[in-house]
Order: sequence, then C-alpha cells, then structure tokens
Amino acid sequence: MGNLKLPRMLIATAAFWAVVSILNATGILNGYFMIIINRSLIFVILAVSLNLINGITGQFSLGHMGFAAVGAYVSGSITTLIFKLSPDTLAGNGIFVVAIVIGGLAAGFVGFLIGFPSLRLKGDYLAIMTLGFGEIIRTILNNIDAVGGPRGLLGIPKFSNFTVIVAFAFLTIAILRNLVQSSHGRAMLSIRENELAAELAGVDTTRYKVLGFIIGAFFAGVAGGLLAHLLQIAHPTQYGFYASALVLIMVYAGGMGSLTGSVIAAFTLTFLTEGLRVGIDWLKDTVGLPVGTEWTMVIYAILLILIMLFRTEGLMGMREAKILIIAEETK
Amino acid sequence: MGSIINAQQIVNGLQLGSIYALIALGYTMVYGIVRLINFAHGDFYMLGAYAAYGAFFVFNSFMPISGPLAFIVLVIAMGGGGAIALLANRFAYKPLRYKPKLSSLVTAIGVSMFLEYFFSALPVIGPSPRGFPEIIPKQMYTFLGAEISNYVVIDIAVAAILMISLTFLIQRTALGRAMRAVSQDKDAAKLMGIDVERIISWTFLIGGAFAGAAGLLAGMTYPRIQPYMGILPGLKAFIAAVLGGIGNVPGAVLGAYIMGLAETFANAYNSLLGEGIAFVILILVLLVRPTGILGEKVADKI
Repeated sequence: MGNLKLPRMLIATAAFWAVVSILNATGILNGYFMIIINRSLIFVILAVSLNLINGITGQFSLGHMGFAAVGAYVSGSITTLIFKLSPDTLAGNGIFVVAIVIGGLAAGFVGFLIGFPSLRLKGDYLAIMTLGFGEIIRTILNNIDAVGGPRGLLGIPKFSNFTVIVAFAFLTIAILRNLVQSSHGRAMLSIRENELAAELAGVDTTRYKVLGFIIGAFFAGVAGGLLAHLLQIAHPTQYGFYASALVLIMVYAGGMGSLTGSVIAAFTLTFLTEGLRVGIDWLKDTVGLPVGTEWTMVIYAILLILIMLFRTEGLMGMREAKILIIAEETK
Repeated sequence: MGSIINAQQIVNGLQLGSIYALIALGYTMVYGIVRLINFAHGDFYMLGAYAAYGAFFVFNSFMPISGPLAFIVLVIAMGGGGAIALLANRFAYKPLRYKPKLSSLVTAIGVSMFLEYFFSALPVIGPSPRGFPEIIPKQMYTFLGAEISNYVVIDIAVAAILMISLTFLIQRTALGRAMRAVSQDKDAAKLMGIDVERIISWTFLIGGAFAGAAGLLAGMTYPRIQPYMGILPGLKAFIAAVLGGIGNVPGAVLGAYIMGLAETFANAYNSLLGEGIAFVILILVLLVRPTGILGEKVADKI
C-alpha cells in the first residue's frame, strides 16, 4: 500500500506541461525555446538515471551515453528501418512508444553485461571499464553499415514532441523516486555508504549493484531513443565520452543522490550551454574576438573542478524537493 | 601468422610499448602514492608534445638541427609535462587529499577536460592537428628483414635511459626511499619525519616529465599532434599499468610492452580489433587477475 502515491508530482508536472503548452500556443515560447526545453527534459532523464548508478548506488559510470546510444539506435532502427513509420498515424505513435521501451530494454541488457563484471570492481576500475564500454559501443556503431556507420542513422521520423517527452520524464522521475525511497533504494544507498558494512548487514550487494546498472541503463536508453526521434538522427559522435561527462557534471552539480538536484542541474546546464553558445557567437561575430565553441567546455571543466573543490556535495546535497518525498504525500 | 607476427611488427610493437611505458610509469607512481587514477595524465603527454613543438621552432630559429637541439627539446618537453603535473596537483588534487576518493577522480576528469578544451580553444594552438617537424633527420636501416628507422632506436633508447634512471632514483636515493615509504604507509612515513606532500609533488613532477618525454617521442614517431591526442594513449597506458599491477613500477613497464606488442599485432590482423584490443585486455585482466601480473592482493580494511 501507498507505494504509488503521486498526486503532488502529477499536479506539478501537469501544471508545467499546461503552462509551457499555452506559452507555446500563444507564441511567447517559440520553436527555438521548445527545442531547448525538450533537450532539457531528455537530459533530466539522463541525469536522474545516472544519479541512480553514481549517486545512489555509489558506483561510477563514465559511459552513460553508451547506454543512450544503444537505445537510440535500437528504437531508431525499429521505427525507421523495420516499420518505416510516419508520425501522422495513431498506430505509428503506438509502435514508437513500444520501440522506445524496447530500446530501453536493450540498453538495460547492456547495463547488465557491464554491471556483471562490476561485481568485482571498485570505483576507479569501474570508471575505466564503463568508459571503455562506452567507447567500444561507439566503435561498433561506427562499423555497422546497416545503421549508417560513421554517417549515422538518418531519416528517423520526428515522433518526440513536448508532450511525449514530458510524459517519459515524469514516469522516469516517479519510478526512480519510488525506487529510491523503497527498501530496495535503502539497500542501494547502504552500498554507497559502506559496501562492506552493507554486506555484513545482509544486503545482497551484488544484486543491487547490477540492478542499479540495469535500471539506470534502461532509462538512459529511453532518453537516447527520445533524443534520436527529436533530432531525427542518431550519430556515433553524439554519444562520446564528453556527452557522458556533461551528464556526469549535471549529477555532481545537482548533488549526488538528489533527484531534485539532477532535474535542476539538467535544466540549468542545458540552458547555460545554449546561452554560452549565443554569447560566444556574439563575441565572435559582433566583437570580433577569435573565440570558438570550445570555451563552453572550458567553462564546464572549471565549473566541475570548482564544485568538487568547494561544494563536493553539489547544489542540493542529499536533499529532495517536498514533492519528491513520498512520506510528505502520505501525511 | 607470419604476416602478423614478424620482425617488423615486433619492432613496431616495442617502439609503441616504449611510449606507453613512459606514460604508464606516471600513472602507476601517482596511484602507488596517492591512490588516485590521474585521468589528466594523458593530457600531460599532450602538453609535452606541444611544448616540444614550440621549443623546436624557437630554438631552431638560431640553432641548426643537431643533437644538442634535440636534447634541449627533450628537456623542455619533460619540463612542460612536469610543470603542468605540479600545477594540477597543487590546485586540483591537493585540496581534496582527505575527501572521498571519488571526488578526486571527478576532479581529475575536470582537469583533463580543461586541458584538452583550453588548448583547442586557444587561438595559437587550435583544435586542428599539426604536423610535427623532423627534429632529427630520419634515416632507414634494414635489419633482419625489418625496416627500422633511427626513430625506433631513439624511442627505445630514450625510454630505456629514463627507466634506468628512475629505477636508480627509487632504489638508491633518499628521495626514492621516501617515495617507497609513503607508498607503503603514508601515516607511518609522516611519523618518521618524511614531508609527505613534498614527496607527492616530486612524484607528480617525475610522472609528468616522463609523460612529456613520451609526448615528444610520439610526436616525432607519428608526426601529428592535436589537443585530444592524449586521451587514447592515456587510457591504453593506464590499462597497461593495470595489466602489470597498478602501483608496481616494473609491472607498468612489463604491461606497457605487452600492450604495445598486442596492439600492433591486433592492428595487423584487423584495425577494428586493434582499436578494441586494449579494452579486451582490461576486461580479461579484471576478470581473471584484477591485481595484475605483478600486483599484490590488498584486503579490505575494516
């Protein structure tokens, strides 16, 4: 009983959806802003799912975008290569949702494969291992001609729209919230705090570590599928180490273990990326300074170092917003 | 098999292994002393290559291409790598010394990203690759059916000289003894009057200098440098260090030569396998013998 109480979160999400939709319909938020908002929401899914692995279970994945790539390519292949769907039909939209879920499951399976050796690995080694896996996935995609190889998978139908993405983001946060605040979530947190003590207290650490990887990878795959159907392309370079690092920065900036923090950081950093791009273009074209987009990543790198040096726990620490706390809702 | 394993491939593998060995030594020394995987180590290597590139053009403007010029370039490459390692340690790693280990690891990723993007953002360097000049005129010899350039000899010789000096330093000097003491037990070393922070700085300096030297050798051998050149060799050298047993100095060298040979053979067989062989090795080591070939098993302390 009481495991799925969502009223406040549902109301907040519906309100967000309604406000943005109205602003979009009245033309206050133009298509450009909608793209950034959609991207932010996809990064919300990526950041909260990485938070489950890195923040809550205390493991260390550096290849989160590798999982997203699996989801993007699998779901993209289903909608584009197998069914050749068009977004106008109802059946098409149904298959699209199924394809996204299958992409997530495929990513979850890869997460299982990566989680499995992680039984024997601790922090640093795991980081290298996941980084290696991310690169291997990218190399493999680069060499499969059926999905475009280095050109990427092109011509993916544009199924992802604001409503679909909001719905998936809501489901992701709701499911992860319920998981984290259940006894399973407590078991995961105990691994982060002290793996040895957790094991001595009877927590099946192996099982929960792998479970964390599978669930985190599943949602990353969902996010990858949504991204591919938003940008209408899946390209190996979109899923490299630095995309993974960007998601990592979101998790650490928001606070390890805080879903709220990841949501805030995903929005802030996606908008900041866009703002910096505009700012750099202005400096280059109007002021005439010889600056390139690389400065965005320079600023992010400094931001990451500063967060680690001066606010290791991130913006939110372990705290959650009230609407993300189940105990608050059952009062 | 003859086309894959032959004298030519063995020579190429040893040459690549020498470069990996110089990088892997820095990883393993830093890990041995502060238990940190220094993600930015590959970027110290990149910096060494750029320092050498700049130094060559500055000194070549008034010096002919000669042995002394090459020596100056080597010293500057090592100085560049060492200096950036010292700075990274002082400003990014030292403040986090007694915080949870993962925060140092994340900081190291930050330092790595900073160096790569800062260099590609700087207009004087830029993101596009540059050709590396011939610091020493290239000559080819034929030996046992293999085409060997004088660069092969230089790469292997420079790596060997540096590694022998390092062994001497670690085994025979007061600094080396202090380094060994700190890697065994930091607190006990402190009680014996060793300035642990000073030893850590020396470790970063030496590791960075070796990476810088590797950057110069790689620049000469595969004459192309760019700001992201350190990522893959850094990863492979790290895997080599894990293969040999991380924290173990001879193990890093052994692992690096195995890695260099394995990669060269795999590349001759299939270029996709060549790209992935390092990670295959990593997975195998971690599954079969996580402590590496020469590593010792460390139990969890309660």
